[in-house]
Amino acid sequence: MIATHTAPLTFSTIEKDAGLKKALGMKRSDLIAEITASQLKGRGGAGFPTGVKWNLAAAAQAEQKFVVCNADEGEPGTFKDRVILTDHADLVFEGMTIGGYAIGATEGIVYLRAEYTYLRPHLEAVLAARRTKGLLGANVAGKAGFTFDIRIQMGAGAYVCGEETALIESLEGHRGEPRNRPPFPVDTGFLDRPTIVNNVETFAWVASILFKGAEWFKAVGTQRSTGFKLFSVSGDCTKPGVYEFPMGITVARLLEAVGGEGAKAVQIGGASGHCIPATEFGRTIAFEDVSTGGSIIVFGPDRDMLEVAHNFLEFFAEESCGQCTPCRDGNPKLLECVEMLDNGVCSAQYLQDICGLGETMQVASKCGLGQSSPNAFLSIVKHFKGELMGRG
Amino acid sequence: MLVTERERLKDDIATWTGTLGKDRTALIPILQEVQRKHGHISDFAMQVVADQLDIHPVEVFSVVSFYSFLNFEPLGRYVIRLCQTISCDMAGKDRVATQLENDLGIEFGETTPDGKFTLQWASCLGMCDQGPALLVNDRVYTKVTPDMVHEILEACRKTFGVYALANKGEGH
Repeated sequence: MIATHTAPLTFSTIEKDAGLKKALGMKRSDLIAEITASQLKGRGGAGFPTGVKWNLAAAAQAEQKFVVCNADEGEPGTFKDRVILTDHADLVFEGMTIGGYAIGATEGIVYLRAEYTYLRPHLEAVLAARRTKGLLGANVAGKAGFTFDIRIQMGAGAYVCGEETALIESLEGHRGEPRNRPPFPVDTGFLDRPTIVNNVETFAWVASILFKGAEWFKAVGTQRSTGFKLFSVSGDCTKPGVYEFPMGITVARLLEAVGGEGAKAVQIGGASGHCIPATEFGRTIAFEDVSTGGSIIVFGPDRDMLEVAHNFLEFFAEESCGQCTPCRDGNPKLLECVEMLDNGVCSAQYLQDICGLGETMQVASKCGLGQSSPNAFLSIVKHFKGELMGRG
Repeated sequence: MLVTERERLKDDIATWTGTLGKDRTALIPILQEVQRKHGHISDFAMQVVADQLDIHPVEVFSVVSFYSFLNFEPLGRYVIRLCQTISCDMAGKDRVATQLENDLGIEFGETTPDGKFTLQWASCLGMCDQGPALLVNDRVYTKVTPDMVHEILEACRKTFGVYALANKGEGH
């Protein structure tokens, strides 16, 4: 599969395995301190500080620990991890190995989504080459006593498994139903052992940061959202694809780069993200403003926003794991309301009640799926109400 | 199911538990092997897997029922999964869907009577910049247009029946 980014990514300027060799020469605590100093936050969407996560896992006492790479990229509109795994798999595995050394794990697992099965032979070949070079296995890169290897486990088609505890359930051979948190995976993860679960892009940045230094990373982006971010851009724009921008870029500037000027709205953060209308294109994409795992979907001037809401809610009604009531029963109710709007039989009062239900789902659902599934619907109702009412 | 077929399935599962292990963590990889080689996961297969892993068959059932890439019912030799999520939808997946239904004579969720093709909807395939996208088994097709549907199906048909003999392909 060809990569679709329009300019070379920073990842292609990173010297292979230089970061790993540097890391193996450092004390574990210094290594984690370097990651913490970079203020790298999880690139999967949730934005948890990577250094903090690793520090907790490193401090946990256990015979065995695990490093898990979340390659279950299922958020609608997201495909950057596919490009990273295609072009920079070495960097991802390098980051996982660094993670293994940092927390004291011997096993790494890549949880690869079933839809990306075609990538597996390529990834296995990269892993085999790393074993031959001594970068995986016993005494990694000549570091006496550090053993680490990586295996790939395939997902089986479930969006919810991108949630880290559901992913762990799936790795353990169960239905991908999210767990209650706490306890968090850093102390009770895979097989109840301390486990770090990080996104594909996060691991690649870890390897880059070790090579270039925390200061290099911190110099880019905003104060609270440091570094670069990869964006998956699709929808009504002339140049869809993967882009790399510093954190804190405005929506307007991004639209200009991708040929999406004139858009009436942009969905940021995928189906679980928010719909930003043209009047708010001055907002910045960063953890402190509009946060995203990388999904940017552009809606052109002629796009029917009710159809958009309909598509998102069909997705959530299908992908809800069914474990908790607000999400299992809430999403079909929201979907039904969209259909009523489409048929022109929805009263303003009922719409208001359903928005109340959406707000309840945001607080009462067990995991991120149900908590975020009403976002798109609620923001579309808020910004495009005039377009939704009085149809039929 | 023929006795011989059952025996073969049992042998296969024994082989896979040999290589993948008999821990609960091996359950999904084993089921994926069953699905890949036998096209579906039958009641009998679930019972054998449960016996091997020393768990209740209901546990196996609960897992199979959860994941969209694991199936109870026999699927066609080629499973076509068309992405129905937003970006592919905006890129015109509906017309591709109609053409697939027209060319195969079945609706989504169905399998052709000859057992060669199954048509399914899929959630986001991660090809949003190149939609509409679809998977034929593990293979991905992007920027699919309605007129490409025929070519895609023909590429599949060339691997079986008289086409395969003519092409000396991997006929069955």
